[in-house]
Amino acid sequence: MIDRRGFCKKALLIAGGLAIPISALEIFDPKNLLAEKDDQGKVRWAFLVDTYNCVGCGFCVKACKVENEVPLDANVTRTWVERYILTRAGVPYIDSPKGARDGFTGKKISLGEEGVIEIRDEDISKAFFVPKLCNQCDNPPCVQVCPVGATYQTADGVVLVDRDWCIGCGYCIMGCPYGVRFFHPVYHVAEKCNFCYHRITKEMKSACVDACPFGARRIGNLRDPNDPVTKIIMSERVAVLKEEYGTKPQVFYLGLSREVR
Amino acid sequence: MVHGEAWTIKELFVYPNEYIYWTIQIVMYPLMTGLVAGAFVLSSLYHVFGVKKLKDIARFSLVFSFALLPCAMLPLMLHLQQPGRGMEIMLTPHFTSAIAAFGIVFTTYSMIVGSELWFVYRGYFVETVQSLRDKTNRTFGESFRYNLYRVLSLGAYDISHEAREKDERAIKILAGIGIPVACFLHGYAGFIFGSVKANALWMTPLMPVIFICSAVVSGVALCIVTYIATMELRKLLADRKRRHDPALPSTEELKSAEIQVVTMTVKYLVMFMILAISLELLDLIFRGYTAVKSWDILRKIIYGKDFFNIFILQYGLGNLVPFIILLLPRPTIRRAVAGSLLVLLGVFMMRWNVVIGGQAFSGSFAGFMEYRLPIWPDSMELYKEGLFGALTVGIAPFILFWIMSKIFPIFPGEERH
Repeated sequence: MIDRRGFCKKALLIAGGLAIPISALEIFDPKNLLAEKDDQGKVRWAFLVDTYNCVGCGFCVKACKVENEVPLDANVTRTWVERYILTRAGVPYIDSPKGARDGFTGKKISLGEEGVIEIRDEDISKAFFVPKLCNQCDNPPCVQVCPVGATYQTADGVVLVDRDWCIGCGYCIMGCPYGVRFFHPVYHVAEKCNFCYHRITKEMKSACVDACPFGARRIGNLRDPNDPVTKIIMSERVAVLKEEYGTKPQVFYLGLSREVR
Repeated sequence: MVHGEAWTIKELFVYPNEYIYWTIQIVMYPLMTGLVAGAFVLSSLYHVFGVKKLKDIARFSLVFSFALLPCAMLPLMLHLQQPGRGMEIMLTPHFTSAIAAFGIVFTTYSMIVGSELWFVYRGYFVETVQSLRDKTNRTFGESFRYNLYRVLSLGAYDISHEAREKDERAIKILAGIGIPVACFLHGYAGFIFGSVKANALWMTPLMPVIFICSAVVSGVALCIVTYIATMELRKLLADRKRRHDPALPSTEELKSAEIQVVTMTVKYLVMFMILAISLELLDLIFRGYTAVKSWDILRKIIYGKDFFNIFILQYGLGNLVPFIILLLPRPTIRRAVAGSLLVLLGVFMMRWNVVIGGQAFSGSFAGFMEYRLPIWPDSMELYKEGLFGALTVGIAPFILFWIMSKIFPIFPGEERH
């Protein structure tokens, strides 16, 4: 039977003993370690594509490949341009040979293994180009499915890949509805567009934005109400790709047509 | 060359970065975990539910399940672009990912199967140690066995009636816990696919359940085939050995035991098969009936490009034909083998049609991708993701099983010597 003195002594000991691990919890506050992701920071990167201005020259693709060291001849790319051609019969033809690295210089439309097809000008009802890149989703499925946390979202909204930690399982590639991810042919890890994070964090524009001669690509900060890109996104009629997946994409399009995949 | 380019053929409009990234090894992965789970469930039918007729095959399938375990990890390692970092799944699991559960589920499951196996064979270890201990001039093989079993017995030498009863209780509890864990192990493999919202063919909440049912089907079928194969071998050996030791079971005894076990097991096989097929058909009908945006392209895959794989190989040859073969009156061993092999083909094709079929169309819904299985391995990558890589994974469990059967005798009669 425990006496009062013993009880007090033991109670103090237990309370003291418990205080140590609890204080450790205070030191390692997971919220601080989360890099203040949920904090309303000053920057949220967003992209604006004006499809009316895109002529399919492919300068953006080439600039991106050079800037980000994706081998020019490899059949993968961080950004690409799609060409849409609709016939009067309502049949859509879409292609993006080599991601439009060399631009669309001819009228032949690639059908993959099926070869090429050429549509007569008088049969075309409309045609346009759509540049594609990573949507830096607010709810990125690729981050959700990474089994080791090698891909993550920064406080300013950009999704990055840690090349030293990626195990190369390909789950993120499967999880992306936009097909922007691939295995880097040199590093053999998951690779994707990151809005040229190394540039935008140093007051520069991404390589594709700088390379676009027609202003079809623009990058801006959604949290800055005076940013010209933000102003357009807020005031004009913009659309995003594949909204139905609930990924909350942050690449906004002007003049997006219903045929765009 | 970019990963995936060697075996992907693109047709019409496919996004530039899209290739068939998950190939034959990812077909093998659910197949192998399915076999592990199925074999374990079969052994649990005896240990937990006391299905006495399955006593013989219970032990057998438990050892087989244990042999299959490391092989379930093999396809994953062969598939990773950075296999050296595979351990990271255990070290820094990112729990919003379905794959991250792998480390925990797999370890838990291995421990359950491992400890159940230990309880089942503890008596045998101790008996062997005791019989060899007093022997003065042991041969090298005997010394090896003596030391091996001494280590394996973990110092628990009590084999009194009470201790053995305690073992039995532990086995029952472990097998009982093992069933939901085995189902979870495989259900989560289904979840890996079913939760990919970007893939129209994979995304269905039925996927984990379908995977569990087909897992049990494949596990049971493989156990039947392997059980019969080993029994045939035993019959051959028994004939030879009986000349020296008439106490051994005769060929006729073995034969009648074999057919009894097989008939009983086939019943469970058919039961789970009905469940699996019903769910798969429900999924198919539901997709056709609701006909959401993706149905246009899915229909072209299911009824067009993959028709032969799905309806002829999977449902026809893999489900319907074995169904008839196994349910015909007066079962025979030969028919059971043929039926089980076809069932295995069916389950393999089901995995194939899910994994490869799910990547047969582009995320743009405007193009197709075709998978050409690399046959001759020109490079390490083509070996890993090709026919020979898959064969390696397919053969490995049998080699392991053979080695393990030397340590854990799988048939009761063999324990006496």
